[in-house]
Amino acid sequence: MADIVSSAHSTPTFATARTRRAHRADHIFHGLTRICAVFVLLMFASIVLSLVIGAWPAFEAFGFAFLWTEVWNPVRDLFGAAAPIYGTLVTSAIAMIIAVPVGIGIAIFLTELCPRVLRRTIGIVVELLAGIPSIIYGIWGLFVLAPILQQTVQPALVGIFEGIPFFESLFAGPPYGIGMFTAGLILAIMTLPFITAITRDVFETVPSVLKEAAYGMGATTWEVVWNVVLPYARGGVVGGIMLALGRALGETMAVTFVIGNAHRISVSLFAPGTTISAAIANEFTEAIGELYVAALIELGLILFFVTFLVLAAAQYMLYRLEARTGERA
Amino acid sequence: MSPIYAKRRRRNSMFLGLSVVATLFGLGWLAVILGTLLYEGFTGIDLAIFTASTPPPGLDGGLLNAIVGSLIMTSLAVLAGTPIGILVGTYLAEYGRYTRLAFVVRLVNDILLSAPSIVLGLFIYELVVVNMGHFSGWAGAAALTVIVIPVVVRTTENMLILIPNTLREAAAALGAPRAHVIRKVTWRAARTGMITGVLLAVARISGETAPLLFTSLNNQFWSADLNAPMASLPVAIFQMALSPYADWQRLAWAGALLITMAVLFLSVVARLLGSSSQSERD
Repeated sequence: MADIVSSAHSTPTFATARTRRAHRADHIFHGLTRICAVFVLLMFASIVLSLVIGAWPAFEAFGFAFLWTEVWNPVRDLFGAAAPIYGTLVTSAIAMIIAVPVGIGIAIFLTELCPRVLRRTIGIVVELLAGIPSIIYGIWGLFVLAPILQQTVQPALVGIFEGIPFFESLFAGPPYGIGMFTAGLILAIMTLPFITAITRDVFETVPSVLKEAAYGMGATTWEVVWNVVLPYARGGVVGGIMLALGRALGETMAVTFVIGNAHRISVSLFAPGTTISAAIANEFTEAIGELYVAALIELGLILFFVTFLVLAAAQYMLYRLEARTGERA
Repeated sequence: MSPIYAKRRRRNSMFLGLSVVATLFGLGWLAVILGTLLYEGFTGIDLAIFTASTPPPGLDGGLLNAIVGSLIMTSLAVLAGTPIGILVGTYLAEYGRYTRLAFVVRLVNDILLSAPSIVLGLFIYELVVVNMGHFSGWAGAAALTVIVIPVVVRTTENMLILIPNTLREAAAALGAPRAHVIRKVTWRAARTGMITGVLLAVARISGETAPLLFTSLNNQFWSADLNAPMASLPVAIFQMALSPYADWQRLAWAGALLITMAVLFLSVVARLLGSSSQSERD
C-alpha cells in the first residue's frame, strides 16, 4: 500500500514533462539552500578547528598553565595569558557597571516618561549610534577622553579615595590617561546605545494591560517599573546585557587605542594593561617565531570560547522570551 | 496626605529623576563624541583626501588608496556573502523552518553574528594568508565575507517570516512548485526588507578594522592588485591615529568622519526602506 501511495506521489499519472521538470528544479533549489545552511555550520567548525591547530604549538609548550601565567616574554619565548585575560575581564566589568544602570535608565525614560514625539527621535538616534564603528570611539578616546582623564578626573579620583582601604589601591598611581579605567569607560560609552536599544525593545513587549492594572490600583510610575515592567522583562534584559557583555569582551578597536598594551596585572585601574583582543591587534603582525604566533592565536581561541559561552547563554534567554511572547500573542 | 504616600511619591520622583539624569548623561557623551568628530573631521577634510594617496609624514596627501581599497574589498565581500546569506535565510524560513538543522544553524548564526571580529580575522589568517604565503586584498575580502553572511542570514529570515502564509498558499494552490513560490512570490514580497539587510551588512563591514589588520594589512601606495596587501580606510585610520605626526592624525580624523558619514547614510536609507515596506503591508 505504502508503495502504491509513494509511487503515485512521485510519478503522478497526469505528470507532464513540464511538472516533472518543475519538481526537479524544486529539489535542486531545496538542496542548494540546505547546502548553504550546512555551510554556515562548516564555517563555524572550521573557525574552531583552525584556531585549535594554530594554537597547538603554544598549548604543547605551556599546557593549561598558560591560563594563569603572567609572564609575556617574546625574547625568551615565554608566554602566559593571565594579564590579557585579567584586563579583558576588568575592562568589561567597568563597562557593564557604568553602562547597565545608565542604559536601563534611558530605556525607562524612553518607554515610561518621554513624550511620544521625542521618543521616536531619541529611539532612532540611539539605534543609529549603536551602528557607529568602534574605531570612532577608539580614536575619540585617544585624542579627547584620555587627556581629560589624565589632567582632571584621575588626579581627582586619587584624591577622593586616598585613605579609604581597597579603593585607595584601585585608584592609585600616576595618571597616565591611558589604561584599564579609560578602556572600560570607552567600552561603556560604546555599549550604551546597544544596551539601551535592546532593553527598550524588551520593555515594549510588556503588555499594557499589566501596567494599566497596576496604575489602576494606584501605583506610582516607579512602582510600575520596579514591580511590573522589570520582573516581566527580566529574562530579556539579562539576555541583552549578556549580548552587550559579549561585545565588550571581544571589542578590539575601541580598547586598543587606550589600553597601553602592558602585559602586567596591576591592582590600580589607572595602570596600563592589555586585553586579549588588544594584544592580538597590537602584536600579531609583528610576532616573529612559531611560538609567539601560536600564543596569540591561543589567546584568540580563549576569547572565542568565552564569548561563545556568554553569547549562547544570551541567545538562550532571548529565545525563551521570544517563545513566551509568541504564546501570549 | 499620609506619610506613606508622601514617601512613595518622593521615591517615585527620585528614581524617575535619576532616569532623566541617565538619559542626559548617556546622550551627552554620544553628542560630545559626534561633535568632536564633526569638528575635527571637517577641519581635516579637503579635496586632496579624494585625489591623493597616503603621503609620507610631513607632505600633503590624502586617503584615495584607502578609500578605493575599502570599496573593492567591501564590494567583493557583499557580492560573495549576499547570495549565500539569502539562501541560508531562505532555508531557515521556508524549507527547514521547524527542523533540527534549522535550529542549530540559527543558533550558530546568531553566535557568529556577534563573535569577536578579531577572531574571524585570525581564522582567515590561518586559512588564506598562511596558505597564500602573504597578506592580500583577497584575504581581507574573505574576512569581511565571514562577517556579511550572518547579518544577511538573520535579516533575510526575519523578513521572510513576516510574509503571510496565505500568499504562499495561494501560489501553491495555482500549482506552482515550492521553489517557484519562494522565488516569484515570497522573495518578491520581502524584497525591500532583504535589501535593507544587505545595506546593514555593508554598514557593518565598512567600519570593521580588526579582521583586516592581519589579512589585507595596509598599503601606503595606490594599488588595486588583490594579490598584494591592500589599504583600507579603517586600518589607515588606525595607523595614522597612533602615529606621532600631526598631519597623519588630521587625515585619521577626516577618514573617521568619512566612515561615520557612510555608515549613518547607509543605516538611514535602510531604515527608510524598512519603514516604507512596512507601510505597504499595513
